[in-house]
Amino acid sequence: MVDLAGTTDNVQFRFRDDEPVDHGAVTVDAFLDQSNAAAVRIEPGDDARKLLPHLERVKLVEVNFPAFTDGRGYSSARILREAGYQGELRAVGDVLVDQLSHFRRCGFDSFAPDQPLNEEDAQRAFATWPQVYQAAADDRAPIWALRHGRKA
Amino acid sequence: MYRYDQYDQTMVDTRVAEFRDQTRRRIEGHLTEDQFKPLRLQNGLYLQLHAYMLRVAVPYGTLNSAQMHMLATIADKYDRGYGHFTTRQNIQYNWIKLEDAPDILADLATVEMHAIQTSGNCIRNISSDHYAGAAADEVTDPRPYAELLRQWSSFHPEFLALPRKFKIAVIASETDRAAMKLHDIGIRIVKNESGELGAAFYVGGGMGRTPMIAPLVREFVPLDQLITYSEACLRVYNRYGRRDNKYKARIKILVHELGLDEYRRQVEDEFAQLQGQDIEPPLAELERIGEYFRDPPFTVGLPEEIDRSDPDFALWVDRNTHAHKQPGYVAVTISLKPVGGIPGDATAAQIHLMADLAREYSFDECRVTHAQNIVLAHVEKQRLHELWSKLDEAGLGTANLDLIGDIIACPGLDYCSLANARSIPVAQKISQRFAENGKDGVLGELKLKISGCINACGHHHAGHIGILGVDKKGTENYQLLLGGCEGDDTSLGKITGPGFDEDGIVNAVETATDVYLRERADGERFLDTYRRIGMEPFKEALYG
Repeated sequence: MVDLAGTTDNVQFRFRDDEPVDHGAVTVDAFLDQSNAAAVRIEPGDDARKLLPHLERVKLVEVNFPAFTDGRGYSSARILREAGYQGELRAVGDVLVDQLSHFRRCGFDSFAPDQPLNEEDAQRAFATWPQVYQAAADDRAPIWALRHGRKA
Repeated sequence: MYRYDQYDQTMVDTRVAEFRDQTRRRIEGHLTEDQFKPLRLQNGLYLQLHAYMLRVAVPYGTLNSAQMHMLATIADKYDRGYGHFTTRQNIQYNWIKLEDAPDILADLATVEMHAIQTSGNCIRNISSDHYAGAAADEVTDPRPYAELLRQWSSFHPEFLALPRKFKIAVIASETDRAAMKLHDIGIRIVKNESGELGAAFYVGGGMGRTPMIAPLVREFVPLDQLITYSEACLRVYNRYGRRDNKYKARIKILVHELGLDEYRRQVEDEFAQLQGQDIEPPLAELERIGEYFRDPPFTVGLPEEIDRSDPDFALWVDRNTHAHKQPGYVAVTISLKPVGGIPGDATAAQIHLMADLAREYSFDECRVTHAQNIVLAHVEKQRLHELWSKLDEAGLGTANLDLIGDIIACPGLDYCSLANARSIPVAQKISQRFAENGKDGVLGELKLKISGCINACGHHHAGHIGILGVDKKGTENYQLLLGGCEGDDTSLGKITGPGFDEDGIVNAVETATDVYLRERADGERFLDTYRRIGMEPFKEALYG
């Protein structure tokens, strides 16, 4: 079994305290074939729901963005979080500054961009939105909830 | 109409700051043009043939006078003193400098406006019925639902990199005045047998190179599921819409390739998955928004009679006003289609004037229509003559609503980097021809729509007469289509045969209208006659 390229080496941002998985991620097909992998990589065309029966043994899901304009990975991320996945969710590939706040909202909590991002620009991007209009995979209360009494 | 609270204002202000920073990073070279392009597009900024074009959002087409004044101010301050109202009920400016764009957005934000998601592969500005709140045939005002969807779709983190653009229209009456079934999602607010309101979802319509009429995907979505169901429709599209070919990337292709039943099944599955995720705003939020759309304080007992002694005025009343639910009032359409003019264009002075008139005659509110005109929705009949006189003096009194001169046209090759042919000169020539030969009035309702390329921004598929500009071995050529219709009985036009050059297409349109005048039965519109007699008599006259 050949591990894919992704390793913890190029993780630039991580919003978790647990130890990162120390081995590379395998493809969805390889993951479904073998019982011991704890890290899996989703490509844009993969169905994230195939992982749902096995979430208890997954510690890292990498979602690959070969091109930042292909937004399928956003849905993959939310589907995993909606199903209760608590492990690391890492965006890899063509990950850019101006998508970071949306990635966070879809449930990503680590980032391994192909090209390292400007640290200052990235920190500003993560903090772009003081409020949000809709519920997503993060636990932020949407504006409609704030308007009707829920705390932020 | 809707007003921002502190949250809405913060969102728009935040967006201005974000875009200012993005523009700075682009100008300083930290962002490549490829990286910047989707960002500027989602702020309405296109790079066209000669300059940047900025498309400003007019949610469901509704504006107050302060907003309208700001649109005029922007035309003067940053552009060449005019703006172009579009088929998506927005306005665009054609001569914008990139470095000015953040300042324009900041100016817009001072009057609760923006250019968010007016372009790009995301959920676009949501359109609606331009007679909303005035029409006698609506079950409710559709705009609160459009506003709820506007907020949900703004910066929706999952749906900002869709396969392609995504357009939603919301109506709430039997008569469809928003071309609802030619949208990616068309929503009709309906009442069920128990008198409850809900939403009928039509999904997968559109124009472009593969025009399709949206099929009904669900008859009744309860109002407290509106967002969840929309999200399910979008998620299936985001996951499975084609990304290998941009010409096959709209949701209409997905629905067509999957088949209606399979698409519906997938949406219902996703809808079930999304239940319990707590993504639906409470009905109290819809009620909060609805408060902003209550009827204005109409005066009761106003006279119904209109003094028709001035024949020019009487003609304008007949052609450019629409029945109102409130006795003593009408809805007025200000035509932006003067004879020989550029459809949808208005000067800054005209926009300022329309703002003042909206304030004085229509409870401080006006609307942009998808036919590129302006509506004053609530005008007292007894003040119509006064209003008309002011409009007429400013070149805004053209009495041609829904006549052949009321042409929809895209900007075409005069501005647009996608176009194959010019639209504006063809529109101008047709408008002049039929004004000069006096047939414009005789022909009655005849919707003519011109697109300068196959992307169909000028809605040529939906014109009773449609014109499509194509490139034929390096010269502009125009195809003629007949029989399209955007309303309740939506139909797509059919090409008559070989195309024409610029003068030839003007003659061909006249030939087609002559066939109608010869063949029409009592009370038939052009479209009715075409539907009855079919294409052959027209073909024979055109090519025979």
